[in-house]
Amino acid sequence: MPWTAGDDVIEVIRAPKPGPARSTYRAFGETLRGLKTTFARMVEGPKTFQYPEEKVPVYPRFRGRHKLHRFEDTGLEKCVGCSLCAAACPADCIRVVAAENTPENRVSAGERYAAVYEINLSRCIFCGYCEIACPFDAITMGHDYEMSDYNRGDLIFTKEMLLAEPLDRSPLRSE
Amino acid sequence: MIPVAEVGFYESWWIQLLKALVIFAVVFQLVPIVLLAERKALGRFQHRYGPNRVGPFGILQPMADIGKLIFKQQFRPRTSVGWLFTLAPAISMFTAVATMAIIPFSDTVDIFGTEVGLYGIDPDIGILYAFAFGAIAFYGLMLGGWASGSKYSFLGAMRGAAQLISYEVAQGLALVGVIMMAGSLSLTEIVEAQSDLPYVIPQFVGFVIFLVAGFAETNRPPFDLPEADAELVGGYNTEYGGGRFAAYFAAEYLNIIVVSAITATLFLGGWQLPWVDPPTWVDPIVVLTKTLILVWFFFWVRATLPRLRYDQLMSLGWKIFLPLATLNALVTAILVVET
Repeated sequence: MPWTAGDDVIEVIRAPKPGPARSTYRAFGETLRGLKTTFARMVEGPKTFQYPEEKVPVYPRFRGRHKLHRFEDTGLEKCVGCSLCAAACPADCIRVVAAENTPENRVSAGERYAAVYEINLSRCIFCGYCEIACPFDAITMGHDYEMSDYNRGDLIFTKEMLLAEPLDRSPLRSE
Repeated sequence: MIPVAEVGFYESWWIQLLKALVIFAVVFQLVPIVLLAERKALGRFQHRYGPNRVGPFGILQPMADIGKLIFKQQFRPRTSVGWLFTLAPAISMFTAVATMAIIPFSDTVDIFGTEVGLYGIDPDIGILYAFAFGAIAFYGLMLGGWASGSKYSFLGAMRGAAQLISYEVAQGLALVGVIMMAGSLSLTEIVEAQSDLPYVIPQFVGFVIFLVAGFAETNRPPFDLPEADAELVGGYNTEYGGGRFAAYFAAEYLNIIVVSAITATLFLGGWQLPWVDPPTWVDPIVVLTKTLILVWFFFWVRATLPRLRYDQLMSLGWKIFLPLATLNALVTAILVVET
C-alpha cells in the first residue's frame, strides 16, 4: 500500500539551491574567509599557560589540600579532637584519635587534643564538609593542588604535615 | 626569443654523484624542520605553543619522535603479504626523493672553473618526470594498503587510488598553460621564461588548480581521505609501525616539500625575483624560501579546512577542476597563438 501524506504533513518550501557556478564562487569565498579567521588567531598569539613554570591562579574559595591551625598568640592547636570532621566526611578519609590534655603536656586549648590526626588524601574528594563541621575552625581547605606522589602511603597526611606551613605553590587571584 | 638554458649539458660522473648527495642531504634536513614547523604552526593557529619541551624551543622534538619510531619493534599482521608490506614504504620514500632531483635551484653556475647546474638533472621531458614519479608514488600507497591485509588499510588505499587518479588529470591540465607559455617542458627553461613576470599572475587559475590538486596528491587536509584518522584509523598506514611508518611519514612530508618546490618553480618564478637581480649564490636561498612559504601555506590550510566528504572530493575534481583546467588550457592556447 503506497504511503500518502496525511493532513498533518506540511510541505516545506525551501529557497532555490545555488547553481554550480555560484556555489563554487561561494565556496571559494568562504575558504578565504576561513583562512583569514585562522590567520587572525595566529596573530593573536598563544593563550596557554606553561604549566609547571606558570600556574593558573586559584580563587580564594578554591578547595585544595587541608590545613590545621594553631592559635596565633598561644601557639596551641585549635583542634580539640572532637571527630566531627571525621563524622562529616563522606569519603571517610579522616582518622582522629583523641587524648586528654594534662597541665604538663598542654597541646590544645580545649579539654582534649588530637593525638593522631590523619587525612588520606588519595581518598579525599575535597568537598569541604570537614571545614563546615569543625566548631573551632581548626581545619580549613588550603589552596594547594599539587599532591601527586609515587606511593599511596605518602598521601596519608599526618597532623604534623597538616599543621606545617604549606609551601606557597599556588598563586591566588581575586574573585 | 626565450633564453635557453643548457639542456642536456654534460657533467662528469663525480659532479652528478656529488649533486645527488647534496640534494639528498638538504632535503633530508628539511624533513624534520618541516615536521616541527607544522606542529608549531598548527599550535599557533590554535592559540597554543606547540612542542617546546625537548631541547631549546622544542627543536629536538622531531629527532625524539623519529628515534622512538626507529627503535620500535617491526611487526606485521598475519594476513599481510610480507615482501610487499616491506617494499611499499620504500617505494613511497624513493619516489619522493627522486622527484626532488628535477627542482632547479639555479642555472648552470661556475664553481671553481667547473660548470655545474644547480639541479639534480634537467631532462628534456622536464616536468613529466615529476608526474611519472608521482604515478609510481601512488603504488607505494596502494601496495601498502593492499599488502597489509586489513579492511581499513584497503579502504584507505582505494580512496587514495581514486583521489590521486582524479586529481592527477586536473593537475596535468593546469600545467599545460604554463608549458605553452614557456614553450618548453624543461624546468630551468620555464624559470628563465618567468624573468619578466612570474606565471602566478597570467596563469592564476592554473596556479590555484595546481596547488589544490597538489594538496590532493600529497594527501594533505582537506583532502586527507586516504588517511582519515577518524573513520579509517589511519588508512593505508594503519598496520604500519616503527621504522616503516616513519618512512611513510617522512615520504608524506617530502612530498609536501616537493610539491611546494615544483609550484614555486613553475608559478612563482623559481630563483628569479621580480625587479631585483640578486647574485647567483642567493638563488638556492630564494628557491628554498619560496618553497617554505608554500609549505607554510599547506599548514595554514590544514588548520583551516575540514576534510571533504568523498562525493564532494570527486565532484570537485571532475566537475569543477577538470573543466576549469581544460578551459584554462584552451584560453591560453588561443592567446599564445594570437600573440
